[in-house]
Amino acid sequence: MKADVSSSGPPLVELKGISKRYGDLLANDGIDLSIEPGEIHALLGENGAGKSTLVKILYGVIEPSAGEIRWESRPVSIGSPVEARNLGLGMVFQHFSLFDELTVAENIAVALSGDWDLATVRGKLGEISRTYGLALDADRAVWTLSAGERQRIEIVRCLLQNPRLLILDEPTSVLTPQEAEHLFTTLDRLSAEGCSILYISHKLEEVRRLCRRATILRAGRVVATIDPRASSAREIAALMVGSEVGEIRTDAPHHPEGEMLKVASLNLPPAGMHGQALRGIDLKARAGEVVGIAGIAGNGQTELFAALSGERLAGGPDAVVIAGRPVGTTGIDGRRRLGAAFVPEERLGHAAAPTHRLSENTLISHAAAEVSRSGFILVNAARRLARTIVQSFDVRTPEGDPQARKLSGGNLQKFVIGREIIRKPKLIVVDQPTWGVDAGAARLIRQALVDLARQGSAVVVVSQDLDELFEVADRMAVIHQGTLSPLKPIGEWTKEAVGLEMLGVAQAPGGVHAV
Amino acid sequence: MRFELTPRPNVSPVMRALAPVAAFITAFLIAGFVIWLMGRSPAAAFDVYVLQPLSDPWSLQELVVKATPLALIAIGLSYCFRANLWNIGAEGQYVIGAVLGSWLALKTHGTDAGLWVLPLMLLLGIIGGALWGLIPAFLKTRFGVNEILTSLMLVYVAQLVLDYLVRGPWRDPKGFNFPQSVTFDPSATLHPIFEGGRVHFGALFALIAVLATAVILGRTLFGYRLKLTGDAPRAARFAGFSSKSTTMAVFAISGGLAGLAGITEVSGQIGQLQPSISPGYGFTAITVAFLGRLNPIGILIAALVVALTFIGGESAQILLKLPLDLTQAFQGILLLCVLAADALVSYRIRFVTRGGGK
Repeated sequence: MKADVSSSGPPLVELKGISKRYGDLLANDGIDLSIEPGEIHALLGENGAGKSTLVKILYGVIEPSAGEIRWESRPVSIGSPVEARNLGLGMVFQHFSLFDELTVAENIAVALSGDWDLATVRGKLGEISRTYGLALDADRAVWTLSAGERQRIEIVRCLLQNPRLLILDEPTSVLTPQEAEHLFTTLDRLSAEGCSILYISHKLEEVRRLCRRATILRAGRVVATIDPRASSAREIAALMVGSEVGEIRTDAPHHPEGEMLKVASLNLPPAGMHGQALRGIDLKARAGEVVGIAGIAGNGQTELFAALSGERLAGGPDAVVIAGRPVGTTGIDGRRRLGAAFVPEERLGHAAAPTHRLSENTLISHAAAEVSRSGFILVNAARRLARTIVQSFDVRTPEGDPQARKLSGGNLQKFVIGREIIRKPKLIVVDQPTWGVDAGAARLIRQALVDLARQGSAVVVVSQDLDELFEVADRMAVIHQGTLSPLKPIGEWTKEAVGLEMLGVAQAPGGVHAV
Repeated sequence: MRFELTPRPNVSPVMRALAPVAAFITAFLIAGFVIWLMGRSPAAAFDVYVLQPLSDPWSLQELVVKATPLALIAIGLSYCFRANLWNIGAEGQYVIGAVLGSWLALKTHGTDAGLWVLPLMLLLGIIGGALWGLIPAFLKTRFGVNEILTSLMLVYVAQLVLDYLVRGPWRDPKGFNFPQSVTFDPSATLHPIFEGGRVHFGALFALIAVLATAVILGRTLFGYRLKLTGDAPRAARFAGFSSKSTTMAVFAISGGLAGLAGITEVSGQIGQLQPSISPGYGFTAITVAFLGRLNPIGILIAALVVALTFIGGESAQILLKLPLDLTQAFQGILLLCVLAADALVSYRIRFVTRGGGK
């Protein structure tokens, strides 16, 4: 299934037979990949397919166990990111490495090797900003910037070194649809000037928008190199996952009734220095429906989850009402006893203790699960519960009762969601249910949440993944800087309208302006 | 060239069980080498340190006597350490427990008070240690003060309190001006388990503490709470466990057990208050807790082993003229070896040469 795009001249970079072994795990298994000058090449694959490992090898962060890298036909050994940069590689990581307290210009100057003073940096910054449409204010402190603006800093930082190959790791995961489109325009321009781009993603639409060639990885191997525009999204997804990805059944009729969650004028001060305060949040979720909360990371989702779960208490009892009982000042245990369940964003360390066995991890929701009696742990009951969750939610485990950290992200997520769903809660609040989870697990999780709602529970899903929300939610609202937009039926939302709400530029109900 | 620790994919239970044995052998070899460097025979030292104490009934009793406070304190500390809280001040909690318990002994001295004195003294010992332990816990939960510093500094405060009392208000008027209290009445003295023996009932308390702790840590929600707080604090909060009440509870428990160790030692062994009532049990117990890997049974064994080095060290000083400091050095070597063995069971060392990563 190789679709070679013919081009004149040698490729800019060629990877030949790259392998990386971690103990028994082959993270990369004989990977071949070549990138032409000026090409935007996509690296597609599920989480855990080996994309990050491959890119880290290319950028000199880790050493390959075997294989060869050729740069303009010359074999090279890239021992460190500094050597990679000297060669002409630039990389924008998924997680930014910026100093929040410093200004844009300072952040850029700090990262540059060689003699740069702030004035020169400012000049260069202005030049690059204008050329590539990367608007940045040199003297703003980073903590005041949006994720999109922060990403621009990282990109500018790379461009200042005149890279021949720019690597972007999941660049749109923190962007609104509008910001993403803006990024694509910049990348098109760079490519036209001859800079090659390696674009890592698991989002098919944007890969088809940008790239003519895509290398698809699965379980550490190249399964195909294709032209993404010539294949359907379904075909590509099947290549990535290794099997057909089914769709979620949501068509069951539902008649929402009975208010399970009511949040009224909830205010909450920010948790830390750069936390987001919640301001006047109103939210209702009824039995039988899925309520979606969209928004870009860092707009108050974490705080909202903590306020709903009771990990942080509200000012008064009436701010949060669960199943008709005011619980604003009741802790998480009390809320669980009323039939509520919670799944936080962070799997390891928050939803589950990494070094504890799965059976021990069932004790985390002990307040509502039958795993203890008068202070004593019912060890057998906990083991049985863990086993039931593992079987019911198709959790693949390396052994009978493994430590939570031994599970892959998707399997652990199935476990922590299963742990809550299995006791049929009246209300479940889930923060980022499928973040970093493979497509198969994501489908199972979404289906389980929808099924739970259809059986008469209220489900609240906080997610950055718009496609996911459009798939599962019955009603949706958007959170922006700690305020929540009105909750509207999913049919009344368009992606554009959501994008505007995410940026906080939408008007009051009724008038949504075009871009 | 550098080295890397890479996790072993499968850790065999046999290796894990043998690790402490290997650690002991290594520690003895290192200590033997040091003794050889000092011009003494390692074989003779081994005989004096290990074989003689274990073959003599008197030293065997002494072993239990020395292991008792170590085990009691270390068991208490294991509650703190499991929850990732650093109580370094057990020595002070031990002293205050001894002081508060002794207060009753001195108050009832010479009266014909009955059987109730001793149990009440023990209770006061526990309360005194617990209250002293709660000071750093309160400062931490209320003001965020680092518990390592406060608990450690309170050791010196406690020692000076004791010093003041035995030189001042509590000094025995007929004691020829020696800084010590009167000798406790029989009703305030913890008796030996066997007539004429040295092992007193404190040893039984240590044993009870070990067994109770094994149940609490392994089988109760409270035990799980400590483990979860130590291993994943956010998950503990998510489970509904308040970190403040956890902090207060573990400091009260470990302070209480240290206080109990203090009063049993004074009442069962020393029989009066004097400026020094501990050869550093509170600090050595930290080593014991980690030697025992914070496991109650492990701590019991570790307490006996460390007690052995105390006794062996004393006789080595007399018989071989080896300095007592060597004992402390050996305790340190032993702890390092055990920690290293533990690490090497879970990880293997890989030498990485630059360029050719094989």
